Amino acid sequence: MIEESFTTAEGDLVINVGPQHPATHGVLHLVITLNGETIKKVEPHLGYIHRSIEKMSESLTYRQFIYVTSRMDYLSAHINNHACALCVEKGLQIEVPGRAQSIRIIMDELTRIASHELWWGAMSMDLGAFTPFFHAFREREVINEIMEETCGARLTMNYMVPGGVMADIHPNFQRRVKDFITLYKKKIHEYDELITGNIIFQNRMKNVGYLSSEDAIAYGVTGPAGRGSGVSCDVRKHSPYEIYDKLEFDEVLETAGDSFARYLVRIREMNQSVRIIEQLIDNIPDGDFQAKTKAVLKLPKGEFYQRVETARGELGVYIVSEGGTTPYRIKYRSPGFSNLSALDHMARGSKLGDLVAMMGTLDLVIPDIDR
Amino acid sequence: MWSFSHIADLLHEWLSKTFNPTFTLIIEMVLAGVAVIGLFAALGLVLVIMERKVSAWIQIRLGPNRVGPKGMFQSLADTLKLLVKEGMTPDGADKFLFNLAPFIAMIVAMLLMAPIAFANNFQFWDMNIGVLYISAISSISVISILMAGWASNNKYSLMGAMRSGAQIVSYELSAGLSVLSVVVLTGSLSLNDIIHSQENGWWIFKGHLPIWISFITFIIAVTAETNRAPFDLAEAESELTAGFHTEYSGMKFALFFLAEYVNVFIVCAIGATLFLGGWMPFHIGHLQAFNHVMDYIPSSVWFFGKTFFLIFVIMWFRWTFPRLRIDQLLNLEWKYLLPISMINLLLVTLMAIMGWHF
Repeated sequence: MIEESFTTAEGDLVINVGPQHPATHGVLHLVITLNGETIKKVEPHLGYIHRSIEKMSESLTYRQFIYVTSRMDYLSAHINNHACALCVEKGLQIEVPGRAQSIRIIMDELTRIASHELWWGAMSMDLGAFTPFFHAFREREVINEIMEETCGARLTMNYMVPGGVMADIHPNFQRRVKDFITLYKKKIHEYDELITGNIIFQNRMKNVGYLSSEDAIAYGVTGPAGRGSGVSCDVRKHSPYEIYDKLEFDEVLETAGDSFARYLVRIREMNQSVRIIEQLIDNIPDGDFQAKTKAVLKLPKGEFYQRVETARGELGVYIVSEGGTTPYRIKYRSPGFSNLSALDHMARGSKLGDLVAMMGTLDLVIPDIDR
Repeated sequence: MWSFSHIADLLHEWLSKTFNPTFTLIIEMVLAGVAVIGLFAALGLVLVIMERKVSAWIQIRLGPNRVGPKGMFQSLADTLKLLVKEGMTPDGADKFLFNLAPFIAMIVAMLLMAPIAFANNFQFWDMNIGVLYISAISSISVISILMAGWASNNKYSLMGAMRSGAQIVSYELSAGLSVLSVVVLTGSLSLNDIIHSQENGWWIFKGHLPIWISFITFIIAVTAETNRAPFDLAEAESELTAGFHTEYSGMKFALFFLAEYVNVFIVCAIGATLFLGGWMPFHIGHLQAFNHVMDYIPSSVWFFGKTFFLIFVIMWFRWTFPRLRIDQLLNLEWKYLLPISMINLLLVTLMAIMGWHF
């Protein structure tokens, strides 16, 4: 029952993966041209979850617009908020208290671990292994509970405000974070036993979705995906914000450029995040958790840009101010959008099953791409 | 005393006394048919709940726990739901083939039950070519998948069906070769003879390393043949949504679903029969006392115990391993499993000629 409409003029099969498809984790729509099982072209179609967050941000005040950005990359909501808060602070030249800086970084790194854990489970599920998902959620749940206790929310925390954090940490916070680190160190080897060392998994990941470092730079691929290709692009190292320059951690680099390299980068990054938290958790300075700011914030006329490292790569916030209470123009540079643009280049010539692995290791979050 | 064979004998006696021979035969055939259908349904229900409980156990969850005690009636409720659902046929589909495909899958699974010995002297049909019959009938199951994929008029279905075609046809070879190694040792194709040849020890213990190799090859090959993970490329849901049964719903989907589970049961039953002695209790050579104790455990318990153990292993695979890619899947068969099982068959033949096995 094959009809003409099934194929292109060259006789290739065209299939639509998405917007409703188990592999795309959201409403991403990929139009894939196939020759048998081999991919000839991948064309992403966006816009299914476009909420015009940039336009919304422009009509909200400098205190309000931060909350909208939690809905961009909802898996690293803290870090999105952080970027906006930093940008506003840059404009107002607010000095953030040391206590707030430490809390912010601990929260960022906890978010990074939670995000990578969800990625680990979801990527394994894409490859057909269901069990890792539950193991990942076992640990992620602990982080969510810590967030819930201190921030009042589990996913879109809205905890960062211009000048610091919204509220002081919960009395249990330090103990529970330390408990989590103990749990994490006890369980992380399970991840390696279950998936990393699995021969089927390694065969699925190695030499698949190769992205050279030149291509990674050309496509603007950042974050773990870029570092998997050997591009040193960790914003925390290159233009440190808060107190990242005083902390000891390594930028994880892999040079292979294939899916397995990107996988390893993320797994090792979790360990680095734990290292950062360990340095800070017992050394949170006393003092205010928020700087004294005016009730109504007005940025001076000018342009302000701040970039941070989210779990997926470099997030840039660009604010153009005319001196009013709302931004004149806001532009977000989201990591997911650039990372997705490299997918077509990576996928050409590989099998359909590999596409899922590549999408998994790029760690695409669709609301981040569409905004 | 109340073993399966005993009940069957009593029934046969009573029927022969009451009716004339022709009528007895007809009634017995009808009863056998009803028993197959009943077993088909019951196995489907049991295996579905078993899979869900096993997966829950592996995945640190509870699994179904609402319907009935410990959720044991969950699959019954699901079946009821599927029964009352509308069985849709897509507009562009080839209606005849689309509706025929699930029945072929079901009929194949039922036909495969014929030569299996469920207990001592309890078998639907003790045919002298049992092993050959099983390999012949199980090849038909690929037709139902290809038919479903082709008739659905859906690209995902078609790709799933094509993958499945390549996969089942390839893996049948090593499954067949590993089965042959037991046939070579036994010298008979009848499943009954094969079971009786294991009276003083199962083949897995008597056949040294080559039988272990064919046992492992067999388990890998039948996992692939029944489209189970990590070889579930025909329905790889992260790539092809649901593969060949994307367009199926309601009872037509349920038939595919049940057929898959019954197929798993059947291949495990065959594996248990060939390598683990079927209903034959665990015997060690001439240790009469020990063997007598083992004989007290009913033969049906032995059979179902071994079969469900193998089913558990296959479920364990599914919830542990990621899925292979199609080219890796075919490489595994043609470059590794097939040559290994061919050489292994030669070794087994040599062993059988020289009488090296116990």
